[in-house]
Amino acid sequence: MADPAPIVATNVSHSYGTGSMRREVLQDINFRVDPGEVVLLTGPSGCGKTTLLTLVGALRSLQHGELQVLGVPLAQAGRGDRRRLRQRIGMIFQGHNLLRCLTAEQNVQMGADLLPGLSYAQRRGQAREWLRAVGLGDQLSKVPHDLSGGQKQRVAIARALAAHPRLLLADEPTAALDGRTGREIVELLQRLAREQGCGVLMVTHDPRILDLADRLLAMEDGRLIENRVASMPAG
Amino acid sequence: MIQALWRRRGVPLAWLLLSRQPVRLLIALAGISFAGILMFMQLGFRDGLFDASVTIHRLFDADLVLMSPRSMSSISMAGFPERRLIQTMAEPAVESVSPVHWNFVLWRNPETRSTRSLLALGFEPDDALFVDSMLADQSASLRQKGRVLFDARSRPEFGPVAERFNAGQVVESEVAGQRVRVSGLVELGPSFGADGNLITSRETFRSLLPSTSRGSIELGLIRLRDGADPEAVAERLRAWLPNDVSVFTKKAFIEFEKNYWRSSTAIGFIFSLGAAMGFVVGCVIVYQILYGDVSDHLPEYATLMAMGYPLRDLLAVVVREGLMLALVGYVPAYAAGEGLYALIRGSTQLPVGMSPQRAVLVFSLILVMCMGSALVAMRKLADADPAEIF
Ligand SMILES: Nc1ncnc2c1ncn2[C@@H]1O[C@H](COP(=O)(O)OP(=O)(O)OP(=O)(O)O)[C@@H](O)[C@H]1O
Ligand SMILES: [Mg+2]
Repeated sequence: MADPAPIVATNVSHSYGTGSMRREVLQDINFRVDPGEVVLLTGPSGCGKTTLLTLVGALRSLQHGELQVLGVPLAQAGRGDRRRLRQRIGMIFQGHNLLRCLTAEQNVQMGADLLPGLSYAQRRGQAREWLRAVGLGDQLSKVPHDLSGGQKQRVAIARALAAHPRLLLADEPTAALDGRTGREIVELLQRLAREQGCGVLMVTHDPRILDLADRLLAMEDGRLIENRVASMPAG
Repeated sequence: MIQALWRRRGVPLAWLLLSRQPVRLLIALAGISFAGILMFMQLGFRDGLFDASVTIHRLFDADLVLMSPRSMSSISMAGFPERRLIQTMAEPAVESVSPVHWNFVLWRNPETRSTRSLLALGFEPDDALFVDSMLADQSASLRQKGRVLFDARSRPEFGPVAERFNAGQVVESEVAGQRVRVSGLVELGPSFGADGNLITSRETFRSLLPSTSRGSIELGLIRLRDGADPEAVAERLRAWLPNDVSVFTKKAFIEFEKNYWRSSTAIGFIFSLGAAMGFVVGCVIVYQILYGDVSDHLPEYATLMAMGYPLRDLLAVVVREGLMLALVGYVPAYAAGEGLYALIRGSTQLPVGMSPQRAVLVFSLILVMCMGSALVAMRKLADADPAEIF
């Protein structure tokens, strides 16, 4: 395959604290996410889902095991390598984490600005394209304060996609939204990710969106307990 | 870091961070401008004081100056024997000398009749006194007793002397209880020591101040022949003149006066301290603003790091915010400084003005203030941990 698998995790373990305070939160995690695949990760609170996401997102240094993200082996990666890797990963957070002082367009452009070799006008144009793609073409110059929760999360998706990521990580992106809006957002995310051939790993508690996944991963107490293929959604 | 300041064009984050909170931006700018104005004022007063204290000193047509060793400054001039000045004529390099009387007298305001002390200089109308030609055609009038030249730039408390004189009226007043008539105007300007000045002949001076002992003068001006080295002649004179007189070069004479105000009084210190306070106040305000900005936006900075922005880009944002604050805060400070200098010149006649050096100095101080605060506020960025944002 030309494209490396977005995620290949082999025997990944992680623990917080040292000495008697040491607590193992991830044990022997093995899984992979292929290009264009949408994988949902579920599990009870505190089982280590966010920790796994921060490891994959190169936000934390890897302690044990092997983790290849977009072909980069994280065990050997330094700070600079991890930062450059992060530029190729789109992240969507539980809160929208938009920059409050920027308009929707500027927020998305913060993502596009990471792209090398594009002029200012091109990056600006792309930001507008992405906002249109998430259905906010008429809200370009609104600041986050003036947008609804669902609109903010759409801007966050546009920002994450604007950097042309090969992998999207999302941690409970629908937690702050009502059920119907949440499902719309995830449907949008799934459609756009498929179009881009971008792998998706999404943590969720929301049972109404599980059917949107290509695959479900269930976690309990730091271990993956299930690894089953979900039924392919119709659209 | 430096390249990051001039990175390719993108979202102007620094400017947006500042400008989307206009009230806070205004407070910051008001604080920086205030600090700048304070520095302009204090430094302007300080330099103005030192300059004003030597306006007359600069004007004297002299290469060397004799003074009593007991004279500490222009406001406490003691007399020395006029003989000493005559004796210097024995030195071949000396071309001519002018004895000068120097003292404070009470002037009666011709309008309100209240009295106020001003500086009176007495000289021989036929002698040279000033390098400036302002006396050239007026000194002759002083040969008549009871005539004085009044400093048109004296403080207004002395009365509308210049206005009346220029209107062609005869201006008469009382000095030390004696009637005098203004026969001309000169342009000198007040100093911190003297609110006004008048120039008269030695004869009139002595009649105004009868206590002046005969044969005693406060100042002796010595002009040297062309090509003579003032330092060397001063050294020779010191060697054989008795120690009841001090010999200064003109430059040293000016320095001596400035030094009095600088060291013997707390004035220089007070104004420098005032400027330093402005600087500190500015630092605190800018630091508060930038620190608050970084703290408020910590999750957003962490988000940018999670997106792959390098730390130096974020540090550059804070630096750029500091730069912008400095630039935008300096402009009103400069404008207000110019305005206030004009106001001070108008109301105090002090030679306070904007000098390029001071304009640059205050800008540098503001820049240091903003950059220093930015650097300290940046340390807060270390708290932005992208691992904590999920
Ligand atoms: N920075 C940290 N230092 C120490 N312990 C931590 C840290 N972050 C998380 N933990 C602990 O690690 C465990 C796993 O946390 P994690 O956030 O990965 O769980 P989670 O599955 O995302 O839970 P939730 O569904 O509530 O978000 C928890 O017991 C938590 O208390
Ligand atoms: Mg979590």
